[in-house]
Amino acid sequence: MHLAEEEQNPLVPPIPELVIGLIAFGIVFFFLWKKLLPNINKVLDERREAIEGGIEQADAAKLEAQQTLEQYKEKLAEARHEAARMRSEAEQRGAELIAEMRAEGQRQREDIIAAGHAQIEADRKQATQVLRQDVGTLATELAGKLVGESLEDHARQSRTIDRFLDGLEDGASRAEAAR
Amino acid sequence: MQKELAVSADQTLAFETDCHIFDGCGFPAPGLHSFVFKPMFTVGGFEFNKAMLLALLGSVLIVWFFWAAFAKPKVVPGKVQMVGEAGYDFIRRGVVYETLGKKEGEKYVPLIVSLFFFVWIMNLWSVIPLAQFPVTSIIAFPAGLAIMVYVLWVSLTFKRHGFVGAFKNFTGYDKSLGPVLPLAMTIEFFSNLLVRPFTHAVRLFANMFAGHLLIVMFTIASWYLLNGVGIAYAGVSFLMAVVMTAFELFIQAVQAYVFVLLTCTYIQGALAEHH
Repeated sequence: MHLAEEEQNPLVPPIPELVIGLIAFGIVFFFLWKKLLPNINKVLDERREAIEGGIEQADAAKLEAQQTLEQYKEKLAEARHEAARMRSEAEQRGAELIAEMRAEGQRQREDIIAAGHAQIEADRKQATQVLRQDVGTLATELAGKLVGESLEDHARQSRTIDRFLDGLEDGASRAEAAR
Repeated sequence: MQKELAVSADQTLAFETDCHIFDGCGFPAPGLHSFVFKPMFTVGGFEFNKAMLLALLGSVLIVWFFWAAFAKPKVVPGKVQMVGEAGYDFIRRGVVYETLGKKEGEKYVPLIVSLFFFVWIMNLWSVIPLAQFPVTSIIAFPAGLAIMVYVLWVSLTFKRHGFVGAFKNFTGYDKSLGPVLPLAMTIEFFSNLLVRPFTHAVRLFANMFAGHLLIVMFTIASWYLLNGVGIAYAGVSFLMAVVMTAFELFIQAVQAYVFVLLTCTYIQGALAEHH
C-alpha cells in the first residue's frame, strides 16, 4: 500500500511511464513507417496496376472482337451482294434465253407458214393446169353431145374454148380480189 | 477465471485475504490504488512495473503482427496480409483521407495508423486474460501521445502560417466578430492551446480508467459476495462483469478511433488556410 501513498493524483503523469509509453509507440511507429507500410504500399500499387492492366487487356480483347465482328459483317454483306448479283445475272440470262427462243420459234413458224404458202401456190398452179386441160376436153365433149354433131372446124372450136376459159378466169380473180 | 486473473491484475486488492460478506469483513473496494503497481523488476536502475511491461509487449505484438502481414507482401494476399490490409485501409481511407485528403494526408498515414493500433492494443490489454489492465488508464501513456500530437500540430501551424498566421489560427481571428473579437480570441486561445491537449489525453484516459474500474468492481464483488445468501448476488455481479467486458471491447475500439480522428482534425486545422 505504500505505493498508493506516493501517487494519489491520477491526472499527474509519472515520468517513467511517460518515457516508456513514448518508447513503445516509437517502436511501433519506426517499424510501420520505415519498413512495413512502404512494403504494403508498393504491393497495393502493384495490385492496382495489375488490375488496371487486366482492364486494359479486356478492353483490347473487346476491341479485337469488335473488329472481327465488323470484318465478318462486311464479308457477309459482300457475300449477299455477290449472291444478289449472280441471281440478277441469271435472271437476265434466263430472260435473254427466253427471248431468243421466242424469236427462234417465231422464225420457224414464219418459215413453216411460208413453206405452206408456197406449197399451196404450187398445188393451185398444178390444179389450174390440170383443170384447164380437163375442162377443155369435158366442155368439148359436152358441147358435142348437146349439139349432136362433131365440130369439124378445129380452129373455131379452139377459139370458143379459150374465150370461155378467159371468162372463167376473170370471174375467179374477181372473186379472189373480193375475198 | 475472471476472479483468479483479477488477483494477478490488482495485487493490492485483498483477494489473498479471502474476504467474504458475512465474515465481518468490509468490501475491499477498488480505487486509485488499483492503478498503481509495485515494480516487478529493475533494469539498470530503472524500475519496470506491469503497465510499462504491457506497453512494451503491446508494441512488440503490433510489430509482430504487421511483420507477419506486410514483411513479404504478395499481390494476391494471404490471410494475415488480408486482415492487415483491411485494418490499414480502414485507417488510411476512413480517417486520414477523409479528414486531410489524399494529397495532404499521405504523409501522415504511418503516424495515424501506428497511433490507432498502438492505442487500441493498449486499451485491449484490459480484457486480455492474465494482463487485464488497460495501459491507457494510466495518464502518462495517453499524455505522452497527446503531447507528441500537440507538438506536431503546433509546429505544423507555425511552419504553414508563419508567426502571425499561426497566432490568428490559434485564436480563430475573424474581423467580422467586431467588438467581441478580443473575448472570442482569448477563449479560442485557451481552448486550442491549453485545453485541447489536456482533453485529448484525458478523454482516452478517463474512458479506460472508468471501464477498468467497473470491471474490477464487479469482479471483486462477485468474489466478495460468494458466501451464504450472497451467492445469488454474486451471480448477478459476475454477469455484469461479463457484460462490462463486452462493452469495454466496443469502447476500446471507439476510443482508439476517436483519438486518431481528433489527431487528424488537429493536423487538418494546422494545414487549413485561415480565412
